[in-house]
Amino acid sequence: MNLINYSAAALASGIKKGSFSAEEAVKAFLAHIEKTEKDIESFITITAEKALKSARDIDQRRRRGESLPPLSGVPIAVKDNICTKDLLTTCGSKMLEDYVPPYNAAVADIIDKEGMILVGKLNMDEFAIGSFTESSAYKITKNPRNLSHTPGGSSGGPAAAVAAGQVPLSLGTDTGGSVRVPASFCGIYGLKPTYGAVSRYGLVPLASSFDQIGPMAANAADLRLLFEAVNQYDKRDMTSLKPKEFGKKSGGAKVIGVCIKELEECSEDVRRSAADAIKIFEDMGHKIKIIDIPLNRYALSIYHIIASAEISSSLACFDGVRYGRRASQYDGLYDMYMKSREEGFGANVKSRIIFGTYLLSSRHYETYYKKALAARECLKNEYQKIFENTDILLTPATPVTAPPIGKETAAEKGYEIDRFTVPANILGLPALSMPWGQDKDGLPAGIQLIGQRRSDYQLLDIAEDFERHTAGSNTAVASL
Amino acid sequence: MNYEAVIGLEVHVELSTKSKIYCTCENRFGAEVNTLCCPCCAGLPGALPSLNLTAAEYAVKMGLACRCSISDTIKLDRKSYFYPDLPKGYQISQFDMPLCSDGTVEFYSDGKLSKVRICRIHIEDDAGKLLHDDVSGKTLVDLNRSGVPLIEIVTQPDLKSSGEAKDFLEMVKLMLRYLDISDAKMQEGSIRCDVNVSLKEQGSKILGTRCEMKNVNSFSAVTRAIDYEIERQKKILLSGKKVIQQTLRWDDAAGESFVLRSKENAADYRYFPDSNIPLITGMHAVREKMRPFIMELPVEKIKRYIGMGLTHYEAATLTNSPDKAEYFDACIKTKKVSAKPVANWVLGEISKLCNVKECTADMLGIAPVVLTELAALAESGTLSSTGAKNVLELLFKEEGTPLDIAKRHNLVQNSDEDAIASLARRVLEENPKSVEDYKAGKTNAVGYLVGQAMKASKGRANPQILQKIVRELLEK
Repeated sequence: MNLINYSAAALASGIKKGSFSAEEAVKAFLAHIEKTEKDIESFITITAEKALKSARDIDQRRRRGESLPPLSGVPIAVKDNICTKDLLTTCGSKMLEDYVPPYNAAVADIIDKEGMILVGKLNMDEFAIGSFTESSAYKITKNPRNLSHTPGGSSGGPAAAVAAGQVPLSLGTDTGGSVRVPASFCGIYGLKPTYGAVSRYGLVPLASSFDQIGPMAANAADLRLLFEAVNQYDKRDMTSLKPKEFGKKSGGAKVIGVCIKELEECSEDVRRSAADAIKIFEDMGHKIKIIDIPLNRYALSIYHIIASAEISSSLACFDGVRYGRRASQYDGLYDMYMKSREEGFGANVKSRIIFGTYLLSSRHYETYYKKALAARECLKNEYQKIFENTDILLTPATPVTAPPIGKETAAEKGYEIDRFTVPANILGLPALSMPWGQDKDGLPAGIQLIGQRRSDYQLLDIAEDFERHTAGSNTAVASL
Repeated sequence: MNYEAVIGLEVHVELSTKSKIYCTCENRFGAEVNTLCCPCCAGLPGALPSLNLTAAEYAVKMGLACRCSISDTIKLDRKSYFYPDLPKGYQISQFDMPLCSDGTVEFYSDGKLSKVRICRIHIEDDAGKLLHDDVSGKTLVDLNRSGVPLIEIVTQPDLKSSGEAKDFLEMVKLMLRYLDISDAKMQEGSIRCDVNVSLKEQGSKILGTRCEMKNVNSFSAVTRAIDYEIERQKKILLSGKKVIQQTLRWDDAAGESFVLRSKENAADYRYFPDSNIPLITGMHAVREKMRPFIMELPVEKIKRYIGMGLTHYEAATLTNSPDKAEYFDACIKTKKVSAKPVANWVLGEISKLCNVKECTADMLGIAPVVLTELAALAESGTLSSTGAKNVLELLFKEEGTPLDIAKRHNLVQNSDEDAIASLARRVLEENPKSVEDYKAGKTNAVGYLVGQAMKASKGRANPQILQKIVRELLEK
């Protein structure tokens, strides 16, 4: 069997046993990338040479009898807004087309230390703003399930790469749903961890209150392995949490809350898949509870106000002075700023910056931003009440399956793609997207599970249980 | 119409912590350009700030010294604007919850005790430095200073003159040095000042429109800038016009100010909470931890010294050198001599020696007990002032107490009045012409006779007593 069909766990164990070498594994994936990239277009940078060298190092150390970390030799790729030392990091933007960071993100160091093999940097919406990966300045990634459909965004590259079998594992980032939406559209697993579970050191920020780096994989067990590896404390990140506070005990029947009203706002295919999944959870012995979350109707507004404000601040450092694009012709400082940012940023990014600046201006601060912070507190209280007698919340990951590529079509549809994903970002809750069901065109649907803070491992467990329970019957995870 | 000046200051002080405020880079002045930076203080995308709590402790120390209320929570906010020396495009400062608020500072101005209310003290990061290269016409950015911890001390508009402002700044500088939280050197930029000036009608409570002046780079420039601004506003008001609210840039070389921006273009910093640094609590515990370190404030020290009988000048000069004040206090503790003579010694010979040997008083090698003994010997007349100075020099070379050394070198003065009287009588008998000259009206003859008597005593007669006796004998 081609190594590209192995799960990350199987690859790790095979390399450890000596059934095949890390170099063989990496070669297989690189060959598959070469074969499929012209269709999928998920990579911005492929680091074949470096990857092979790292793989050979792992093999050498294994032959010497060294004890290696569990995921040694397993290939991985990361979204291009994660800083990799001496390796181009573009954030999908012209602003950083030549930017090579002089330092590694915390997760990049973890990849090195855990022996995983970085094979490249993945395409994304420019600066992670978007839900379709169509705003990348470099290329449009395709959904491996149907090449004329979007893979979702902003982590379209990471999702497509795993769905296409180009890598068994990838890291995306999630600010308003950017891991869960593409995971759902591409039929793979994605986790947005509890805020603070994964260090943001080296992640180019979008909205610092919401950003999290999230693991993505083709099955729940692999997802867990990757999360375990990146769930580490980092004193350089003051929002970082201690892993030992994350309980790993699980099992037992859960009370799963479902908001029926929200299901009615979805497409028929999504509704059907959700209803199906709910029935399966019942069969597994869990209790389904019908709930209502009235304040969820404000979640998108709360999200967009706070996020846009923070975005305008996160992107202020791109001014052409120290790094990134500087306009070639300019007349004085102000002109340099204007031209560099005009040329470097795409339209979506610019409109977010303008909007965020407006929200934070002294005239409007009270009206929008301050109110959004207060509303966030209200939403937090509402969820806290619900979690008093509910263990997990279940929602569709997205209200529709993957739309066709093309801005006009997506915009016309008018769907609020992030409507189910933003609450978890606003409140810092862990949320997992798992594939279940598909639409008439074979495009997958996704189920979202949301837990209380630090219950990431419980969500992973229940996803793994569901996967085992439904083994062989999940139409969402057809291979390429 | 008479106008009164209303002045407030915003003082930025660089703290002397080992590391910068949001990263572990070294906090040091004078290093080669761009050698003390990291992804964080260079504003590289993806870097995160981590608060250096020592900076907060230093700020709390200053807050305590200024009798401020200390907030239990640290809340940090982003202050956004674009400038090449500000790598992130924002400062991480404090907006609506400053660490310290509502305090007072007492200081001496023109020999009188004055008071200024402190509105707030907050922490923030310093920006980098722009270096203008005249040859290439380019502006270069040095980020060594980016991220250096600052406290911003904002006063209420309680100052009434440029002299007061300067004296207040001198007191702040002294406090910072006593607290050992900043070297406060304006020439190195570790203390900077923005000045706010307005005029009001004398006797009125209604404040006028104020203007802010930036780029005031020395304490003396502060007085020049304030005086200039007072005059400028006076001229405007006296001509019947209104003062426009503006931010001005002071040009000390030109001796005038230039408009930076007016109210319409006032900067909107779009403050909002920094989400990378969560709220930090526990500053009340820090406050209690710092309290024992707030020793007697400089202004209290000056008051105490004046109470001991020192002049204001003596008290202020002593206090201005923390090492000499400490030395002085140690001498006084022995209770062997009164304050005034000790002050003279410390401000005189001891200070001179410190300058020559380029060291502080405690490193001089003359223990306070030793100096006190020497001072006591001089006070009692056992040593003449010259004799005492000699002994001081000899203390560096020889063993023994001051008295031992004095005896060894025959410096012990004769203050026995009878012995001096018989010596003086003999000299007068041997110099009848001088005595006649004196009685004839030549009062200078006294000097000659005193000199002869001193010679006869081999320099050991107490000069004051000798003078007195010779004059008495001559009057007979």
